[in-house]
Amino acid sequence: MRHTISVLVSNEFGVLSRISGLFSGRGFNIESLSVAETLDPIVSRMTIVTRGDDKVIEQINKQLNKLINVIKVHDFTGEEHIERELALIKVTGTPESRAEILSIVDIFRAKVVDVSPRSYTIETTGDEEKIAAITELLRPFGIKEIVRTGKIAMARSLKQK
Amino acid sequence: MKENGAQILIECLLKEGVDTVFGFPGGAVLPIYDALFDSPLRHILVRHEQGAVHMADGYARATGRPGVVIVTSGPGATNAVTGLATAYMDSIPMVVFTGQVPTELIGNDAFQEADIVGITRPCTKHNYLVKDKDDLQRIIKEAFYLATTGRPGPVLVDIPKDILTAPIEFKYPDGVEMPNYQPTYKGHPGQIRKAVDLILSSKRPVVYAGGGVILSNAADELKTLASRLGLPTTTTLMGLGGFPGTHPLFMGMLGMHGTYCANMAVTNTDCLIAVGARFDDRVTGKIDEFAPFARIVHIDIDPTSISKNVRVDVPIVGDVKNVLKDMLKLIHGSKAVTDFKKNLKEWQDQIKTWNDTHRLSYKQEQKGKIKPQYVIEKLYEATKGDAVITTEVGQNQMWAAQFFKYDKPRTFISSGGLGTMGFGFPAAIGAQLALPDKVVIGIAGDGSLQMNIQELATAVQYKLPLKIAILNNMVLGMVRQWQEFFYNKRYSHTCISVAPDFVKLAEAYGAVGFRARTVDEVETVIKEAMKVKDRPVLMDFKVDQFEDVYPMVPAGQPLSKMLLV
Repeated sequence: MRHTISVLVSNEFGVLSRISGLFSGRGFNIESLSVAETLDPIVSRMTIVTRGDDKVIEQINKQLNKLINVIKVHDFTGEEHIERELALIKVTGTPESRAEILSIVDIFRAKVVDVSPRSYTIETTGDEEKIAAITELLRPFGIKEIVRTGKIAMARSLKQK
Repeated sequence: MKENGAQILIECLLKEGVDTVFGFPGGAVLPIYDALFDSPLRHILVRHEQGAVHMADGYARATGRPGVVIVTSGPGATNAVTGLATAYMDSIPMVVFTGQVPTELIGNDAFQEADIVGITRPCTKHNYLVKDKDDLQRIIKEAFYLATTGRPGPVLVDIPKDILTAPIEFKYPDGVEMPNYQPTYKGHPGQIRKAVDLILSSKRPVVYAGGGVILSNAADELKTLASRLGLPTTTTLMGLGGFPGTHPLFMGMLGMHGTYCANMAVTNTDCLIAVGARFDDRVTGKIDEFAPFARIVHIDIDPTSISKNVRVDVPIVGDVKNVLKDMLKLIHGSKAVTDFKKNLKEWQDQIKTWNDTHRLSYKQEQKGKIKPQYVIEKLYEATKGDAVITTEVGQNQMWAAQFFKYDKPRTFISSGGLGTMGFGFPAAIGAQLALPDKVVIGIAGDGSLQMNIQELATAVQYKLPLKIAILNNMVLGMVRQWQEFFYNKRYSHTCISVAPDFVKLAEAYGAVGFRARTVDEVETVIKEAMKVKDRPVLMDFKVDQFEDVYPMVPAGQPLSKMLLV
């Protein structure tokens, strides 16, 4: 099963390699990984998407906690949370296809961030399904290049009763 | 008054109570060696950096205090890697200081530069590169703290040369601020209660104790618990000495070369009490068929050890000593204990039967070749068990584990997890330096010993009276045994009959050498060796090449499928 795990770490050199080394050394896989500073500049957040049965996930959790630079580990699986990723898609644009591409961009509330006589670069954010859907719709026009970030996640605030 | 970084390092070590460091000089650590020149700190000059790390390891295992090593950058540091991995696998407290090229040269492929922090990340508990001179003292403090607390382990501190020469004010911190590192020492009371209930409701309990008992200094508590409840007890290789080898409840070691009794008991138990052990594959055999009828209690300070290899019914995260103490409090005066013990009789009889059916054995013919097991037994008789034994890896290690009885913790020193050939001899040097009045015997194979034989010079230099007993079969015995059993006796590259004359070699280094070729000579050689008090003695026992270690559970088989003599 797939798990999205958020790891707070001290913002020091070498921490990323400790985490990735742990995953590769113990045969855990990483589907995606994104890292950036938090509000507190001495702390970074890593969002890791990984896959494994309960036993593997339990080990991942414990092994992460064992690293000296790890402050907190949180597995979002099974709780209300928001997941987002961002993709930049460069698609071939001819005068004939222009209108249709722009309407897809509109439907997905995406943005055109760069235009040339032969291409559009589209920025889109969303969960995995949304990114997959827009990619599929744009594919017939000819995708030249696609760049995606790893996933980031945040717990939903508790709703008032 | 400001001193340079190197002098500060020495001050910090003294403040930590370090009395001995093991090391080898080089360009990047010249400032440290200059500071050592007129320091009260005892420095042991080794002949190879790997030797230094194993010596520090032996020192740590013999005393419980952290071993300390100083080596230079690049090759000095990479030579230390095997020693670090060895200590890491067996959770041995150690702090290794490596020199590094000056900060501004890092990343430039400078002379003797290696990214040792990168290289040792997976084989240290933690490691540091000191990038700012103001961090030096804090990092040293943290390094010792990390090495010795929680599940112990080696910590490496990489110090660039410019930090070693920078002026720094000596101000060693009193404590550490590491809010994210908080090992759990106290076991959860509810879990401990559950464990005691489970044990007292069982009919066929077995204690399976590992190296954690020794690391946590919990041998007394374990003995008390097992004796109070009448629990049959087995230990892992790392746990030898954690429970008295001569105790009536002791079943011997379990696992691949464990006793018939211990392996049968574990296979049939309904309650396995794992104390500071980690269910290593050499212990469990085929994991799906390990202790198939057991509910399992597992006490360990490291949460990652729990439910890593086997499912556990009652996990207890905590320091073994504390948890056992709490268990003892719970059973004190409990009426359930009396009933429990009454019901154990049948199980204890069964264990006695297993014990009597297949004891560890070998046949020594008076006119035949020397059996290696015989040598071990004679060493046991000569020392009455009052010795610190270190081993190399392979057959010598298994025979030393089987035929010498270890009544006290920290008297059996061996590379269990990593299985490092070349460990035992330098470890014996470290142990002897820590315990100058003890008899220290390094039991060796002719293969392993040659992996760090250069340390004979170190042992001679410091006039160490340690004994080395080579079980010399002129082959890489354990590999040869596997080739015999599982590879149709195709003895591929395991014959090492081209070897030095070990007696002459000992003499060449300034040590004493004795040789025993016949059974009659064994005791004489041991007796003569024990008389030497001012230098190392090497005993070369020419033993039977085709002797195998029994019992043996072939890899991947369940523990009950033992090959017996």
